[in-house]
Amino acid sequence: MRGWPLIRAWTILVYTFMFLPVAVVILLAFNANQFGAFPMTGFSLRWFVALWENDAIVRAFQTSLTLGLMTAIISTTLGVLASLALVRYDFPGKNSISTLLIAPILVPEVVLAVALLLFLQMLNIPKSFFLLLMGHVIFTLPFVVLVVQARLVAVKKDYEEAARSLGASPIQAFFQITLPLILPAVMAGGLFAFTISFDDITGTLFWKPGGVETVPTQIFAMLRNSISPEINALGAVMIMLTTGLPLIGIGVARWSASRRNK
Amino acid sequence: MATIEQSEKRAPWVLLSPALVTIALLLVIPLMFIVVYSFWLRTSVGGVEAAFSFGNWQEALTDRFYRDILLSTIRIAAITTIVCAFVGYPVAYFVARARGVNRGFLLLLLMLPFWVSYIIRTMSWINILGVSGALNSLLLAVGVIDEPIQMLYNETTVILGLVHFLLPFMILNTYVSLDGIDRALEDAANSLGANPMQTFWEVTLPLSVPGLAAGGLLCFVLGAGTYITPVILGGPTDAMFANLVFEAIITQLDWPLGAVLSLMLLVVLGAVVLTYNRFMGLGQIAKGIG
Repeated sequence: MRGWPLIRAWTILVYTFMFLPVAVVILLAFNANQFGAFPMTGFSLRWFVALWENDAIVRAFQTSLTLGLMTAIISTTLGVLASLALVRYDFPGKNSISTLLIAPILVPEVVLAVALLLFLQMLNIPKSFFLLLMGHVIFTLPFVVLVVQARLVAVKKDYEEAARSLGASPIQAFFQITLPLILPAVMAGGLFAFTISFDDITGTLFWKPGGVETVPTQIFAMLRNSISPEINALGAVMIMLTTGLPLIGIGVARWSASRRNK
Repeated sequence: MATIEQSEKRAPWVLLSPALVTIALLLVIPLMFIVVYSFWLRTSVGGVEAAFSFGNWQEALTDRFYRDILLSTIRIAAITTIVCAFVGYPVAYFVARARGVNRGFLLLLLMLPFWVSYIIRTMSWINILGVSGALNSLLLAVGVIDEPIQMLYNETTVILGLVHFLLPFMILNTYVSLDGIDRALEDAANSLGANPMQTFWEVTLPLSVPGLAAGGLLCFVLGAGTYITPVILGGPTDAMFANLVFEAIITQLDWPLGAVLSLMLLVVLGAVVLTYNRFMGLGQIAKGIG
């Protein structure tokens, strides 16, 4: 086809557009220049050291990690149970239920944030880490449901039924047969929830109590002054974390799949 | 065996109940609640008072300020969506037609932006277009300009940031559609005498519309609801609707007005989602994300 080289060139251009700015963040994080801008004056790790020595940033990291982990645990538990129901059973109203489960994606995050905030304020529940956690659970849940559902379809029900017919209780069958089989789906869902929570900014800005910062809100606050090499270094650490974890996850999944096939 | 049958019937609801209760408590009830809240009054001491007043609605609906920003939010989201469609379609086509390792690699790269924080992707443009950014340094070095120029903080950079953020959604959704097209249909068109252009316009493009529409919906809804991009890449006059909501709720603590503004945004975007659902069905979105 004649247009093919043109389409290929366009694709390369668009991929460059998508990745170049992010690559520049990582590049500038290693810049020795004290203004953190071009021209690069040499290679240095000083900005990473500065991050480590900045208490506010270390605290923000701790908050983000705790929040991300707790969100992942709660969201994945709720999401896996719901996905099992949707994939394994037929029941009336199934379509409406699955639409309801993905509804938080369809409501703009700002609106979701305002609704939850005002609702809890009315109940006299002040802004707290708990509100932040609930908020993160509600908007990560649909993604967990979608990802887990897509993986669950591939896991057969036969093993579970065999265990049941051999006398296992439903709980035994779930923990000893079903859960090990769907573990990759559970991990994928949890990882997804973690990265979404870890990266979130809009909802977090509404829900966070005064004085509490997550890494994204910390970056946002620091940007108020101007861009600094420290922000680039912080960005670089976040990029490595939130892209590294899923990539390792995919790698482990491939590796264990290839071992099983041998 | 009636008991087993009964427990089989109950089982899905038992499994669903934790998620459904969570969604009801954290999403459905709060949304209904802000409808009530929007009629309440703000008291002079900064609290709120239960009432039934249209004052907040009247203020929000008649004030030109709110209407202008709502319209410009819709316009910015629409431009972003159209740009994403034109820029993303050829890329989705290339990925869908690529073979073997290449295709897996290209798809993996498309997932990467989802894992990089929105705020980092947005602020990364300051490194490129800022006064001491890459582009200014390049132009200075080449001698095209003598003084760095400020390219940031206008509507164009807001749209640029949004396109950068939303393009992967468009490409992935379009890809899913293009990938699902039975190639035999294109072959059939060719063998019946259609030239490649005709085949594309009359077979491939129409069959990829569901993905294009799903990508378009996500771009529009996420773009119109954005709060961060105008703050970081826009100037003082480039506020979008979500900025007004934030301003009302967090800065002015005028919660009833904030409730009204959120509902306005929800109604406008909800209408877009419902129109889409009427013609396409929301299931298509699930395909692109799962």
